[in-house]
Amino acid sequence: MFKLVPRAEPSRLASLLAPLVALALTLCLGVLLFVLLGKDPLRALEMFFWEPIKNLRAVGELSIKATPLLLIALGLSVCFRSNVWNIGAEGQFILGSVGASAVALAATPESSPLLLAGVLLAGVLGGMLWAALTAFLRDRFHANEILVSLMLVYVAEQLLSYLVHGPWKDPNGYNFPQTITFLEPTRVPRLVAGTRANWGLLTAPLGVLLLSVFLRRTHAGYKLEVGGLSPLAARYAGFSSQSALWTTLLLSGGLAGLAGALEVAGPVGQLTTQVPLGYGFAAIIVAFVGRLDPVGVTLSSVLMSMFYIGGEMSQSRLGLPKSITGVFQGLLLFSLLTCDTFVERRLRFTGFRRSAPRVP
Amino acid sequence: MAGLRLELQNISKQYPGVRANDGICLEVAEAEIHAVLGENGAGKSTLMKIIYGVVQPDAGTLAWHGKPMRVASPEAARRLGISMVFQHFSLFETLTVAENIWLGVADKSRATVTARVRELASSYGLAVEPERPVHTLSVGERQRVEIVRALMTDPKLLILDEPTSVLTPQAVESLFATLRQLKQGGCSVLYISHKLDEIRALCDRCTVLRDGKVTGVVANPARESNASLSRLMIGAEPAKLEQRPLEAGAVVLAVRQLDLEKQDEFGVSLRGVSLELRAGEVLGIAGVSGNGQKELLSALSGEDARARPRSIELEGADISRADPARRRALGLRFVPEERLGRATVPSHSLEKNTLLTRKDSLPNGLLLQQKPLRALAQTLIERFGVKTRGSAAPAQSLSGGNLQRFVVGRELDAKPKLLIVAQPTWGVDVGAAAQIRRTLLELRDAGSALLVVSEELDELFELCDSLTVMANGRLSPRLRVADATRALIGEWMSGLWPDREEPACSS
Amino acid sequence: MNELALLIASAIASGTPLAIAALGLIINERAGVLNLGSEGLMLVAAIAGFATAVHSHNQALALLAGAGASALLCALLAGLLIWLQTNQYATGLALSLFGSGLSAFVGIGYTHENLGAHPVTGLPGLSRLPFLGPALFSQHPLVYFGMLLAAFSSWFFFRSKSGLLLRAVGESPEAAQALGYPVRWIRCAAVVAGGALIGLAGAYVSVVSTPLWVEGMIAGKGWIALALTTFATWRPARALLGAYLFGGVTMLQLHLQGRGVSVPVELLTALPYLSTILVLVLISRNPRFIAANMPASLGKPFHPGA
Repeated sequence: MFKLVPRAEPSRLASLLAPLVALALTLCLGVLLFVLLGKDPLRALEMFFWEPIKNLRAVGELSIKATPLLLIALGLSVCFRSNVWNIGAEGQFILGSVGASAVALAATPESSPLLLAGVLLAGVLGGMLWAALTAFLRDRFHANEILVSLMLVYVAEQLLSYLVHGPWKDPNGYNFPQTITFLEPTRVPRLVAGTRANWGLLTAPLGVLLLSVFLRRTHAGYKLEVGGLSPLAARYAGFSSQSALWTTLLLSGGLAGLAGALEVAGPVGQLTTQVPLGYGFAAIIVAFVGRLDPVGVTLSSVLMSMFYIGGEMSQSRLGLPKSITGVFQGLLLFSLLTCDTFVERRLRFTGFRRSAPRVP
Repeated sequence: MAGLRLELQNISKQYPGVRANDGICLEVAEAEIHAVLGENGAGKSTLMKIIYGVVQPDAGTLAWHGKPMRVASPEAARRLGISMVFQHFSLFETLTVAENIWLGVADKSRATVTARVRELASSYGLAVEPERPVHTLSVGERQRVEIVRALMTDPKLLILDEPTSVLTPQAVESLFATLRQLKQGGCSVLYISHKLDEIRALCDRCTVLRDGKVTGVVANPARESNASLSRLMIGAEPAKLEQRPLEAGAVVLAVRQLDLEKQDEFGVSLRGVSLELRAGEVLGIAGVSGNGQKELLSALSGEDARARPRSIELEGADISRADPARRRALGLRFVPEERLGRATVPSHSLEKNTLLTRKDSLPNGLLLQQKPLRALAQTLIERFGVKTRGSAAPAQSLSGGNLQRFVVGRELDAKPKLLIVAQPTWGVDVGAAAQIRRTLLELRDAGSALLVVSEELDELFELCDSLTVMANGRLSPRLRVADATRALIGEWMSGLWPDREEPACSS
Repeated sequence: MNELALLIASAIASGTPLAIAALGLIINERAGVLNLGSEGLMLVAAIAGFATAVHSHNQALALLAGAGASALLCALLAGLLIWLQTNQYATGLALSLFGSGLSAFVGIGYTHENLGAHPVTGLPGLSRLPFLGPALFSQHPLVYFGMLLAAFSSWFFFRSKSGLLLRAVGESPEAAQALGYPVRWIRCAAVVAGGALIGLAGAYVSVVSTPLWVEGMIAGKGWIALALTTFATWRPARALLGAYLFGGVTMLQLHLQGRGVSVPVELLTALPYLSTILVLVLISRNPRFIAANMPASLGKPFHPGA
């Protein structure tokens, strides 16, 4: 009765509208869910869409969540465009926080503020190292990067647990699995008074700008795009898939590591087992909803942060578990994937007769 | 008319932008081998799909044994007694012959099917082993499996779509014997082809199609000449391309004893491949697809860079391990068989696709510059007559012929020392095909060397100075086109050439 | 000696959910569908099963509820992948993320429940045999179901016509369609059937293995099952053995932890994941070997032709 037929060219309109329609769809489902749970849907919508932006302090909180999501998602969008499925960004985030902590723990009260640069750099390197493991195993042994990077997340979690339960545990911390609170020189300074927003926020627009230029205006970016769209054409052209693999993984590993470093050197201020918040996985959704494009990813990271904050508010104000955030994030991605179909295809009404089966 | 098994009256089918079938009438008698002759794009495939129930006609009637009928699906066709062997086989490589055929018949046990397969194979002289996995079979053997499968339903009409495009001349003779035997048993055969010699040798009657219309029904093709049939098929004698006496220059490409293990399970290993190509020469490689051409082309283009050092040299430089970009920089350019997805990125614009292999012709710099790229793309479009709405149009929006004009043009425009082309005019309309062949010869005249790999012997005879045949991963001795006959080439396609040292070098 | 028997028994018990999930995934993948949602599906099935067990006190019902929940989600997955032709990687991942969030959300109310351990009956008579008794014959019925399932799957794929058809669809959906088979429905059936098994495995973990609910309790078994399908080159018997080996590794590290071996406990906990990486590396080294055994259309979308 209805058939999906391929379009001659992908529809730009559908491509722009899809995330919006997906959001609308998610909102409808969300309202439905709230009603079923016996909560006032309007209040819930207020939690998710008004509270996070209502004053400067709230925007500061938003930025603290949006920045790491954005950084990780920028890296992931480069990976996914190249068909490199880096699912282990969470692990790279953890190694970033571990690397940063290693340097931060070496500080003394007299250390120069330049040490902060070392902290962040160590974070980037930690994330890159973890991603390099995945790249190496895929390059040398053809091991599937989805499973390897994912397994490494679990390994990273164990590594973190070992460090904060053992060698790095704060001796005066009442035996809690956490390090000391990092000293002043190794903390990211506050950016705007009255909020928790810090200078790390600036990495976001910088990252977006650099990556935009890289993807759209450099030959290297072009090569990655071809590799993702038509691997045979890339091989024909002589573009190395090996270099694409390493570039994308190191880039996203470094960005995830930076996010991890900013998290421990910023709002948290120490390394604990609670540092990994699942940003590495949420960023996958951010990347897709943002259409794997730097500007789109900026918008979707803000949106997803609002989901996070809304979820936390729903817990404290409406008595709903904050894991509702996870449900909405998942719903958003599903809706987007469904709407995305219409970029390459359109619906055609073929009348009421059953058509004959087709053979190529 | 009495005794007609199948009768089509005024069959028409419209597709967006093209009238595939326009008022076609076709009559097939009982126990007759009836040919349907036409060029690529004449409408033969669409007509067969209508008969086999894959597609419904927009207008017209079909009568089976005198009774009006609508063939709603392939299952319905099979129930009527119509079987079809497609040009592109639908076989499952990892399953055995018997398992493949079992999937094509309703129920019955594996044992019953296996027994029937043996029975059919022996009565028609089709050598087929039921327990062999399909991936171990040659192309000719696979076709036999498809034929046995088609015969399982005891058909009254067997349709064969371009059956000999993948066969050696010896295998073609075997096939003809089987078809004649089927005819004796009362079965009718619809034989779709564009090969004039075969139709004249085999068929009782012939319906000729051009541009979706019937241009003639020939009662006894054997009495016709190739020229008269050809006129019905394409309207006029094709313009004979000028042949020039060979003026070969220095050696451009030297391949020495190239051995290459196959990379995937269903590939072909190359063994001792050697050839030499001089500037201003056109060498053709004939042979049925699947004998190592793909592997050889990848080794030459650089997509497969595993060759032993010094086994491939371009103007003396060792390129055995060089990647495609380096080979391009040295003057080797390649037009692959797959236009969308390999030669071009389908969703990218023609501009972006120009960048794919022509970065060296554009100004250097940290950032890509739009204007020079657009200018280059425009030049290509104009110079090679590519019909498109602009350089921003995506590659996938172009017709096959126009896309090929673009790809060939893109590589030609770089003035290569050596141009390697695979299947240059496959699936391309007659006008574009002629233009492409002309452009290739112009390149030769300008002093470049050309290597052409094609399944179409006619094309090779037109374009090339000399020929070699690829079979089972080996290259035959080299022949000047003047000395080559189809019979000899046919024999060599089965690998039956005399063993000699240094096979395909110029003498 | 008795210790070894117990180790074998616990390896088999621990490997059973992996085996059943891997067999479900093999059904999916043999038909050409890559299902990256296995982790999410197992999580949803785990909470569905657990909740059902809490309210009904009926273990069989709980296991069925888990299978059903997963099958339902897989029907949705099939709709997206097969009819809307969404990207198999992205959609599968979306399912895993969604399943993770959904199970955490629904599970909030059940974190303090404890189902209590069921007495294990094993096979009467046989369970009294020396060594083999405790090692092999004193298991939960689902363990034996797993073994039977592996045997049945082997027969199904290689001797039955429907299994042959499934393999054919997985190798070349275009050729199967040319023969007149409803390829999309066949793939859909494979996704849902495999999904039911994946759900069964997930429910087993929360209802039988550790009769508690903890957020994220599947802890990567869905992903490990995916690795297992490649390790087993899509053969049911090998998947079963591989799953038991994994179960062995998991049990070994618990065993060593209990023995107070002086290796950091975190390293031991990481052992199953490190082993998975090792297994992936070993099996993937020869790409030709994988390509020769892999269902050729795995992960690629099927366009039924205009």
